[in-house]
Amino acid sequence: MSQGTNSEKTSVMGQAFKEALFAGAMAFGLFILYVGIETYQNINNQLVWRTRWELLAIFVAVAAVSRFIVVAFVMPHLDKRKLAKAKAGVPDISEDKGFFHRHFLKIALVALVVYPIASVMLAGTQGSLKYVDNFGIQILIYVMLAWGLNIVVGLAGLLDLGYVAFYAVGAYSYALLSEHFGFSFWVLLPLAGILAAFWGVILGFPVLRLRGDYLAIVTLAFGEIIRLVLINWTDVTKGTFGISGIPKASFFGIWSFDVGATNNFTKAWGLPMSSAYYKIFLFYLILALCLLTAYVTIKLRRMPIGRAWEALREDEIACRSLGIDTVTTKLTAFAIGAMFGGFAGAFFATRQGFVSPESFVFLESAVILAIVVLGGMGSLTGIAIAAVVMVGGTELLREMEFLKHIFGPDFTPELYRMLLFGLAMITVMIFKPRGFVGSREPTAFLKERKAVSGSFTKEGHG
Amino acid sequence: MTLGTDSMNSDTILKVEHLSMKFGGLMAINDFSFEARRGDITALIGPNGAGKTTVFNCITGFYKPTMGMITLQQKDGTCHLLERLRDFEITKVAKVSRTFQNIRLFSGLTVLENLLVAQHNALMKASGYTILGLLGLPAYRKASQAAIDKAKYWLDKAELTERADDPAGDLPYGAQRRLEIARAMCTEPELLCLDEPAAGLNPRESAALNTLLHSIRDEGVSILLIEHDMSVVMEISDHVVVLEYGQKISDGTPDHVKNDPKVIAAYLGVEDDEVDEIEEKLDEGRI
Repeated sequence: MSQGTNSEKTSVMGQAFKEALFAGAMAFGLFILYVGIETYQNINNQLVWRTRWELLAIFVAVAAVSRFIVVAFVMPHLDKRKLAKAKAGVPDISEDKGFFHRHFLKIALVALVVYPIASVMLAGTQGSLKYVDNFGIQILIYVMLAWGLNIVVGLAGLLDLGYVAFYAVGAYSYALLSEHFGFSFWVLLPLAGILAAFWGVILGFPVLRLRGDYLAIVTLAFGEIIRLVLINWTDVTKGTFGISGIPKASFFGIWSFDVGATNNFTKAWGLPMSSAYYKIFLFYLILALCLLTAYVTIKLRRMPIGRAWEALREDEIACRSLGIDTVTTKLTAFAIGAMFGGFAGAFFATRQGFVSPESFVFLESAVILAIVVLGGMGSLTGIAIAAVVMVGGTELLREMEFLKHIFGPDFTPELYRMLLFGLAMITVMIFKPRGFVGSREPTAFLKERKAVSGSFTKEGHG
Repeated sequence: MTLGTDSMNSDTILKVEHLSMKFGGLMAINDFSFEARRGDITALIGPNGAGKTTVFNCITGFYKPTMGMITLQQKDGTCHLLERLRDFEITKVAKVSRTFQNIRLFSGLTVLENLLVAQHNALMKASGYTILGLLGLPAYRKASQAAIDKAKYWLDKAELTERADDPAGDLPYGAQRRLEIARAMCTEPELLCLDEPAAGLNPRESAALNTLLHSIRDEGVSILLIEHDMSVVMEISDHVVVLEYGQKISDGTPDHVKNDPKVIAAYLGVEDDEVDEIEEKLDEGRI
């Protein structure tokens, strides 16, 4: 018996050694031109090259050694664990989840409510600005946008690459209407949502007949058209200069956050002057907007219209054979998704105090869509986690000053944001091809609510 | 869209007159007429490529016929011209429901949800087009409970109650066929159109299907079905229409059709020297 395991061990080691050599050779082949050889200009402006064999050796060694460790130690360990589990007869998906798992949503909600207070207590009034504004508000805006897009992409299965257009419509509606008519935030918030929904329907009509790739391209074009109109219609939008001096939101009209106002919030409460209170107010505002989005989405999923959206994603022809008007079903999905984009846009305008077309480029649409896909289409929890990872990760990069000590003073970590995005997407798609939460919760049940595995749900055909 | 009832016998549910369908230069259906009686199981049979599914697609609005009139008469005597309605209106207004040759379920939704989606129009009205439902009024709650009860009723009939909370894509083939029929029944149709319901079923599943179809007919719903399998057709249908190359070649009771030389020729083919003989017979006959 012991002899058997011994020979097994040597064979594993041999295998690991072989694979390590192979990985090293691969790395050598891959990196020899990129890393091993460097070109540069000398003092006479001639292009010359030099070699960096030491660096190449490090790359090759890292590849070979890590492959050796994975094959020789990590994989046998994982196999052993699986075997032990199979022998013990415990099913892979354990039924009784831990306390944290069961109460995840409640814990997350409490944490979010406490978050600004905790950051004020830990970092001080002024120090909390960074955590509440850069992390909290920024992430929650993306959560809201992704949840809005989720209605169109995740539930109805209509691939929309121009979602940022509705965000822009909301932001500019707020900026222009408050500038020209002096309406307050609380009047303009619903108005921005309605206007964005209106544009959602306008976009919806011509693209109803399109599916899949065609739909994606037309929505992409729509997003660009809105942006170009904002740039070129200078009489109204002031073009690339943008609109500044957008008024702040008030505390339901009771207290103002303007410094000069007589009913200023900090004066009324006798607090020291600081912009932190406004940011904290904005944090709770966007949190409330997010919760509204989630509430409406959850409610709608259990209504006939939400079920029709999901049925549309699964099979459009079957929908029509059951007497469902797919035209109005698609239009409502576009309109409601766009409405939440519009709300988020109005919030964005009041938070920045400044809007310009540069905030609404295609990259934003791509980031929002990436969050929806990474989180798992249709899953609110998954999407929220993806937004925290993606947007929070980006913001964290700004904080990584210590990287400058490693890579030199010219190194700006936030430029590597897209690299991080790409890396995260590839990793998630390898291990969780359906996103963080790939399964779907049924909207009705007879005996027990069983999650539907992602392998049965469809992505939609446009 | 409502016509006088004098043109139609009161026990006729569907009347197809001079139906023609052209795809480019191909005449898929050529001047095809037939009637289906209320409460009957009417079968539409014919060799491969005869145009059976095309007739179905014309009746259920998935194709617009090149020529012809399709009239559906409801229980209360209202008539609808199906060729003038859009596909979803045929189910919603005219109460004609259908299944597909290659099963089209919502595979990511559970069995129960599939049956609830089918009750979309009734629930939509009950929820005040979503607005009243969002407020959580008791009227909507009652309606959604009624929808679940109706789904339960059809789950029982289709022997699927055990699997109600499983995704539809997880069911075995025969159960998926029965679910598709149950889903079509949840739209409360007067005429149910089934496109090859027995295709790919084993004998036991086929028997279960026959019981389901009989119980549907006993509820007063008329059935129009396409079928390849002659034994199924002969066993369950009251009236058979035979189609070949887009034209009707026989129409009558199963026994009549079974012994019609034209049908036998269409299905089995004939020897070369028999062709003249049969053609002679036909000339004497009805055409």
